[in-house]
Amino acid sequence: MGAASSVSQAKTAAFDEMRAEEGVRAAYAEIDRWLRATPREQLDSKRHEAELLFRRIGITFAVYGEGGDPERLIPFDIIPRIIARTEWDRMATGLRQRVRALNAFLGDVYGKQEILRAGRVPTALVLENEGYRAEMVGVAPPGGVYTHVAGIDMVRTGPDEFYVLEDNCRTPSGVSYMLENREAMLRLFPRLCARHRIAPVGRYPEELLETLKAVAPPRAGADPCVVVLTPGPYNSAYYEHCFLADEMGIEVVEGADLGVENDVVFMRTTAGPKRVDVIYRRIDDEFLDPTVFRADSMVGVPGLMAAYRAGNVALANAPGAGIADDKAIYPYVPEMVRFYLGEEPLLANVPTFLCEREEDRKYVLGNLDKLVVKLAKGSGGYGMMIGPHATWDLREEFRTRILAKPGDYIAQPTLALSTCPTVVDQGIAPRHVDLRPFILSGGKEIRIVPGGLTRVAIREGSLVVNSSQGGGTKDTWILEDEGPGEEPQPAQSQSQTAAG
Amino acid sequence: MLSRTADSLFWLARYTERAGNVARGLGVASRMAAVSARFGAEADEWRSLITASGGDETFYRKYETPAADSVVHWLVFDPENSSGIMSCIEAARRNARAVRTALTVDMWEALNDTWNQLRAMPPESMEGEKLVDFLGWVRERVTLFNGAAHDTMLRNEAWRFVHLGTMLERADNTARLLDVKHHLLTAEAEGAVDYVQWQAVLRSVSALRSYQWIYRDRLQPRLIAELMILRPELPRSLMACFAEVAETLEAIALGQGGRRGECHRVAGTLQAQLRFGRIDAIMEEGLHGFLTTMIDRAAALGGEIDAFYIQHA
Repeated sequence: MGAASSVSQAKTAAFDEMRAEEGVRAAYAEIDRWLRATPREQLDSKRHEAELLFRRIGITFAVYGEGGDPERLIPFDIIPRIIARTEWDRMATGLRQRVRALNAFLGDVYGKQEILRAGRVPTALVLENEGYRAEMVGVAPPGGVYTHVAGIDMVRTGPDEFYVLEDNCRTPSGVSYMLENREAMLRLFPRLCARHRIAPVGRYPEELLETLKAVAPPRAGADPCVVVLTPGPYNSAYYEHCFLADEMGIEVVEGADLGVENDVVFMRTTAGPKRVDVIYRRIDDEFLDPTVFRADSMVGVPGLMAAYRAGNVALANAPGAGIADDKAIYPYVPEMVRFYLGEEPLLANVPTFLCEREEDRKYVLGNLDKLVVKLAKGSGGYGMMIGPHATWDLREEFRTRILAKPGDYIAQPTLALSTCPTVVDQGIAPRHVDLRPFILSGGKEIRIVPGGLTRVAIREGSLVVNSSQGGGTKDTWILEDEGPGEEPQPAQSQSQTAAG
Repeated sequence: MLSRTADSLFWLARYTERAGNVARGLGVASRMAAVSARFGAEADEWRSLITASGGDETFYRKYETPAADSVVHWLVFDPENSSGIMSCIEAARRNARAVRTALTVDMWEALNDTWNQLRAMPPESMEGEKLVDFLGWVRERVTLFNGAAHDTMLRNEAWRFVHLGTMLERADNTARLLDVKHHLLTAEAEGAVDYVQWQAVLRSVSALRSYQWIYRDRLQPRLIAELMILRPELPRSLMACFAEVAETLEAIALGQGGRRGECHRVAGTLQAQLRFGRIDAIMEEGLHGFLTTMIDRAAALGGEIDAFYIQHA
């Protein structure tokens, strides 16, 4: 799931979201009481129950080619991660702004290229980027939307310090965990949940379907045919593809189920060919259409791009959206906000050094022991180095690699990623977390379900939260600020009054 | 419904039914082999079972003679035999996994648990003395799956393709089982061995008691053939199975506004032929020829269903 999240531990203690210096933070008061009142054995039995639940439902994450059981379970931590409503609202406003800018940027680089002509983003960085799809130049996607589903990875370093770690504009995954984690919590801890005013997340599939319908070609009418396109059962996120399709009540299709005739996409059904209007594709750009992109793609649909260009089908997300979440483009996102929206960015970026720039490279090579070095194209937490934790040999290896291909690397300071209480073998201990909220853009409207996927690095001191690297997940609660206890209890049912 | 989904539902039902049928055949053959051993005819039992399971070509390429060991290995374990019990369950589960959201939880768990338990079984618990228990377990699992499908599926197209697969496979199986014993049913001579054989044929389709209920008479070849071919009351008779196939295809057609193809014609013809057929005429023309035609037409019907609903040929 997702891309690398690596913000390193600093020497000073990280900000803990539950325990501040002055005591337990307000939003966690009830959780603190609950943890004190619950014996360890009970937590363990609930953990076990949670695991059984996830196994039975079959929420697995497929990891092939590494040996062992390919159908793995992502560890689920039963202590929820809590964000106060005011904190969330501020973040959500920033997320809306950022996604609007990213969309505008995509429309621009495949259109008039004003930001390049204005010199605000280096032309070569965009046009020579692997994520840039020249095939998309001059194509106007329905509704002008490119990144219908965006996952913006957020990290926190203090009470009011949130940073965007990276943008995911292609096919971000993980939303099924947001939904299933909540279901699991409601089942395992109904009373704890009832004592909190948790913003519900269950509307997400509905909102997603609305978003997808909003970008259907006009001729599709009021009830467009929407499908989820999956690479198939061997894809790591296959469970999620089926889950979302099922929740939305639409078909999950593979490339071979679709065909194109006269630039119209249809799916093969038992009642004959059926026209398809919107495709929520969970296949990478390169594999979408073997006649346009990689010819060896076995999971794509020949002719799909021609149908798309003809305006007969909508693709979400649009091909080429990846240029906006490239790690080398990332430092320019605040500039996009200013350029397209004329606003100051509400969400901060992590300072990023592009090794391609001579000045940056000098700094990076001089400070390898303090920085996190990432592949500009990497994802899943692979191919990165966390300076303070790395051996001398590894740092030297990265020095050589950076010098050989500077354009492939970026570096960021090691942030003290916030921590949340987490059940581990030794008891309850703080572990580093990040957050991936999901932002839906369809036509004019941007929708965000209050919540997201909290990923937690289970290993002590680890900053890598990726599920492919042993990270776990938590349910994320957006809580109304009044805190627990203020919600009036429902009146009791009326009873007979004693006579006399 | 997506053609691929329909295809997987159809085949997961066929493979599951086939696993159960192989278990039935193997159970009866091993019982018969014990009886026939006294007459030195043990090998005949194994040979006819291989023929019934359609494995004549592939089996003899690998094994010299059909004997208890080789046949059990071939029909239970051998990955080269796509109609072996393990291969069938594996294929059923693979198809199920590809269309999980089209299955009910009960169906998925029935198949998935079977597969998981089978994977965890040591081979020695499936052969020799344990064979009978193992075959009983396979039949139980198939019954569980059929019950889960019957009890929990919405009566929509998904159910119809599952049911179609089960019924077509069952018809094919009954025709094959009967065909390998056709000489016993046509021969005039009647001995003690024949009588045991007749019982075995009926037992393989769970119909020994049913025969008594329907005919209240001693076993007669002509009536056995009639029961298994023409009687609608017997759920594994050709008549019963092909009627289900034709009715299910008709239900699918009605659900699609009357869209019909060659498969509907073939199914209707088969159903009519059985419904209005007379056993004396069938015996007179030759039971073997009749059953061979039935097997061929069941296969042709499977091909037509595939062409019309899956491949859109």
